Amino acid sequence: MIRDITIGQYYDADSVIHRLDPRVKLAFTLIYIVSLFVGHGPICYAYAAAFLAVVIVLSKVPVKFMVKGLRGMLMILIISALFNVFLVQGEVIFRWWIFTISKEGVRTAILMVVRLIFLVIGSSVMTLTTTPNDLTDGMERSLRFLKVIRVPVHEIAMMMSIALRFIPILIEEVNKIMKAQIARGADFESGGLIKKAKAMIPLLIPLFVSAFRRASDLALAMEARCYHGGDGRTKLHPLKYQAADYAAYAALLLYLGGMITMAVLLP
Amino acid sequence: MELTLKNVSFSYNPDAKEPKYAVKDVSFTIRDGEFCALIGHTGSGKSTLVQFLNGLMEPTSGEVLFNGENIFGKKYPLKTLRQKVGLVFQYPEHQLFEETILKDICFGPKNMGLPKEEQLTRARHAMELVGLPESYEEKSPFELSGGEKRRVAIAGVLAMSPECLILDEPTAGLDPAGRDDILGTVRELSDQEGIAVVLVSHSMEDVAVYAERLLVMNSGTLVYDDTPRNVFRHYKELEEIGLSAPQITYVAHALKEKGFDIDDSVMTIAEAKAEILRIFRERNS
Repeated sequence: MIRDITIGQYYDADSVIHRLDPRVKLAFTLIYIVSLFVGHGPICYAYAAAFLAVVIVLSKVPVKFMVKGLRGMLMILIISALFNVFLVQGEVIFRWWIFTISKEGVRTAILMVVRLIFLVIGSSVMTLTTTPNDLTDGMERSLRFLKVIRVPVHEIAMMMSIALRFIPILIEEVNKIMKAQIARGADFESGGLIKKAKAMIPLLIPLFVSAFRRASDLALAMEARCYHGGDGRTKLHPLKYQAADYAAYAALLLYLGGMITMAVLLP
Repeated sequence: MELTLKNVSFSYNPDAKEPKYAVKDVSFTIRDGEFCALIGHTGSGKSTLVQFLNGLMEPTSGEVLFNGENIFGKKYPLKTLRQKVGLVFQYPEHQLFEETILKDICFGPKNMGLPKEEQLTRARHAMELVGLPESYEEKSPFELSGGEKRRVAIAGVLAMSPECLILDEPTAGLDPAGRDDILGTVRELSDQEGIAVVLVSHSMEDVAVYAERLLVMNSGTLVYDDTPRNVFRHYKELEEIGLSAPQITYVAHALKEKGFDIDDSVMTIAEAKAEILRIFRERNS
C-alpha cells in the first residue's frame, strides 16, 4: 500500500558510490540541486542527465529503484506542469474558452518537470547508496560548526536517524492495524472525503499509541545503556576522507564549473 | 458452516523462474464447532494462511471456499464473510482505539450496519463471553492490563457473532495465568456457543490440552492433520521441524525405553500421573 516510498530506503550493493564518505554524498546532493537551478535550457539538462547517468551506473543500483521514488511525486509533477502550461504568458499556440497555451508555457513546463525529476532521482541516489546511520553521521559531522551558535547538532542528528529508522516499522504497523480493522468490518475505501477521513480514526489512534509506546521503550533502552547526548561521545567508526573521496569532490567541482560555464555562455 | 482451503499456494514472487513459496499446496476443511490448532515454527506460513481464511490476502493459486462458494469470486461479499469468519490478529490489543471499552467492542457490529440497540446487546454479550465485568463498560481500553486489553480485542471480534473464530497467537506475551485464562475462555466459547475455532500457536503445551485437531505446518506445507495424540507420536519428526511434543510425552517415552509398560501417547501431566500410578499398582499386586 504505502511501500512505494523510496526515500530513506537503502539499496545494498558494493559500489564506488556506496563506499564514498557520506559527507561527499551530501555535498553531491547539494551541488547537484544547485546545478539544476543554475542551468537552463536543454543542453544544460542533457549535461545534468549525463552526469546523473554516470553516477547511477557507478552506484550499481537498478534504475527501477530510482524511478520508483517518482511514483509518489506524480501528482506534484502533473500539477506543476499544468500550472506552467496554462499560466506562463507568451506566444499563443492554442486557445479554447478561457484556456490559452503559449509556446513559452510548454517550454517551461517541460523544463520544470525535468528539473523536478532530476531533483528527486538525484536525492534518491544519496538515500539509496547511504545507510541512514551513515547519512546522519555525515550530517552531524558537516554541521558541527553550528555548535558554536548553540545548535544541538548531535541531538538533531540522533532524532533524524531514529525517525528514519522508524519509517519502515510504522509502515508495517499501519498495514497490520489496517488489516485488523478490516477484519472488524472497517471500510477504508468507499465513501466521500469526510467519511474517508472518519474511517482513518481507527487507524490513526492505534498508530499514535504504538508510536508513543515504541518511543518510550526506546528511550528506556537508550538510558539503560547510559546515553547522555553528544558531549564526550566518541565514534566506533569515525569518518575519514580517503583518496576516492577527494577525487569525488574534484569531479563534483568540475561538474559544477561546467554547468556554470554553460549557463553563462549559452543564451 | 464449512471453510475449505483447496490446494492453496502463496508466493511473493510468483513470476520468478523458481518462485519461493510462503504457503505451498495446502488443503483442509474446518467444520462447525471444531477446535483446531494450527502449529508451526516461526516463518512456516501460518500467519499468511489464516489471512486467506477471511479474504484479507489472496492466494496466488488455489481456492478458498466458504460453504462451497469461492470467496475470491466476482461480487462475493467479503465484508459479510469477515463477520462470519472472525480473525483476531497477533497482539490484538494494539488495534483498540475508542474512548470506552463498550464503544470499541461496538465497532464491528456498527460496521455491519446493525441498529444501535442490537450493537449494544451484542457488545454486552461479547463482554460476558470473554469474562469482562459490566463495570468495565465505560472504562478506557488504554487503562487496562495486557490480558484485559486482549479480552476486549477478542470481544470486539466476537461481537460480530462469527461462526468461525481464528486466533493468531492469542497467548503471545502473556504470563502463564493470563495464557490459561484466554485459552480457557476460547475453549468455553467453542463448547458453549458452538463456534469453530482455529488457534494459531507454536507452543505444543498450549494446544495439547485444548485442541481436538492439530494442523502442523512446516516451511509452507501442511505436514500433519490429525488428533494431537496421533501427531505427538511423531515426536522425533516434530523435532526435526523445530517443534516438540509436550514435555510429558518425552517422560513417557523415556520410561517406555526403560522397559515400563506405559502408554506413550500421554499428553498431559494428569494423564501421565494416572498411567504411572497404574503401573505401580500392577507391580505391587
